[in-house]
Amino acid sequence: MPEVSETLLPGVGVRLEFTTVGGERVAVLNHRTGRREIAVYDRDDPDACTTALHLNAEDARTLAELLGASPVSEAVAEVQQHIEGLAIDWVTVPEGSSFVGSTIAEGAFRTRTGTSIVAVLRGDTTIPAPGPDHRFERDDVVVAVGTSEGLAELRDLLVS
Amino acid sequence: MTSLGATGSSASVVFIEIGAVALVLALLARLAGRLGVSTIPFYLLAGLAIGNGGLVPLDVSADFISLVAEIGVLLLLLTLGLAYTTTELRHGLRTGLLPGVTDAVVNFTPGFVAGLLLGWDTTAAVLLGGVCWISSSGIVAKVLSELDRLGNRETPIVLNLLVLEDLAMAVFLPVAAALVTGRDLAATTITVAVALGVVAVILLGAMHLGGRLSLLLQSGSDEALLLAVFGLTLLVGGIAQRLEVSAAIGAFLVGLALSGPVQARAADLVGPLRDLFAAVFFLFFSFQIDPADLLSALAPAAALAVVALAGKVFTGWVVAGRAGVGRAGRWRAGTVLMARGEFSIVIASLGVTLADGNDLRALAAAFVLITAIVGPLAARFVTGSPFRSSVS
Repeated sequence: MPEVSETLLPGVGVRLEFTTVGGERVAVLNHRTGRREIAVYDRDDPDACTTALHLNAEDARTLAELLGASPVSEAVAEVQQHIEGLAIDWVTVPEGSSFVGSTIAEGAFRTRTGTSIVAVLRGDTTIPAPGPDHRFERDDVVVAVGTSEGLAELRDLLVS
Repeated sequence: MTSLGATGSSASVVFIEIGAVALVLALLARLAGRLGVSTIPFYLLAGLAIGNGGLVPLDVSADFISLVAEIGVLLLLLTLGLAYTTTELRHGLRTGLLPGVTDAVVNFTPGFVAGLLLGWDTTAAVLLGGVCWISSSGIVAKVLSELDRLGNRETPIVLNLLVLEDLAMAVFLPVAAALVTGRDLAATTITVAVALGVVAVILLGAMHLGGRLSLLLQSGSDEALLLAVFGLTLLVGGIAQRLEVSAAIGAFLVGLALSGPVQARAADLVGPLRDLFAAVFFLFFSFQIDPADLLSALAPAAALAVVALAGKVFTGWVVAGRAGVGRAGRWRAGTVLMARGEFSIVIASLGVTLADGNDLRALAAAFVLITAIVGPLAARFVTGSPFRSSVS
């Protein structure tokens, strides 16, 4: 998996970008509202994006389905080894956490902390690549990938 | 005459007048949307038209309108505080201090100097400096989104600069408010110190108790949340005002204190309310301006605008260049920052009690009219050919 760089867009959300094997620079803008934009950078002016595809939360899910299972979970191990500054962490949702009963989408964890929740362990079962409508229960163990700073924030959020 | 006291026929007159004005504003908002420009200049023009000496002067009850306008300011600042997460604020402070200082020096100075050249007292000149300094985060965000530039390399730099300007407002507004109370130097110094102390205390409180407060508000209906946030904003704003720190800053800090899911929900809920009250604020601001004053302020405002627009282009050019953005991107960063809007008006409205208050108000209105219209047009223009082809 190529290196995905992440940039905060204050007041808007997060921008994630990578270079395709073909050499094109692609960005995904995650708006806080759940909206997504896909932008392709101009070859002549690498600072500008030429086309943008606007997706609402549902469109984004559909597109993700069409493109195949979340490559993030498949690549976790690889990512961990290859990308400097990226870490993986396990956080237990304690009793009394404000997110017990709320979904991943409601928590907007990726937007707020830049981390991705790649799996949830509940009892003996594993829920790989939980969808945005996954609802947390007490004692869920959340497996997340991100910068160590982002993971610390996620931990603070989940135990608050 | 107050709204609650107005009964019978006087109430009906007030309703008819306010209703008619609101409908005109609705039409103007649609027109602005159609033209792709900010609503602020339109609201200002509408205020001029119904003010004393305007086209259709209305004798609206000033007490009621001014209260609504004050609430408009509080809600503007509240939504500003709600717009950013603490991560974003911290990141902005860590990476953007130099750009922020550049922005402040380059853009505050022309306004301040212009105020002195016009023979105003120092306080009014400081306020004009503030009017000139702060870009309109509302207009900038809208232009970036409309032109599909959120993905651009220069955009995070621009947004970070807005974060810093907004944080700078948290210091500037209380200082300006203290200066306006205008006592001798020693008393002013004390007022400023107290103001900054109060801001620091509230800010610390917001950082530490914000999480708990958000949790407290989280459960419960949207209705309960809306009332709680509205109430908290007015309460903290009122207390801040009591302590001679501007009420607006109290509201801003309430917005900062809220975090997590509550922050997003509150932003959605307060948004429409803010639009309503802020429209009244802009209207009322220019309602009090004599059109003759505005006309005579046009020339100095235009001169200041030329310098101020160039100042923002320079700021964007330098700041984006520092981050390794190419020529076309540097132009885009500069031009998108040009527009001044809501905060220039908020700053100018602080100075209404000053000797030069009327001149300041008229100049600020003319200045915002010019920059809020020219800014987005310029931002659009540099997307066009000459600037793109100049990229090697």
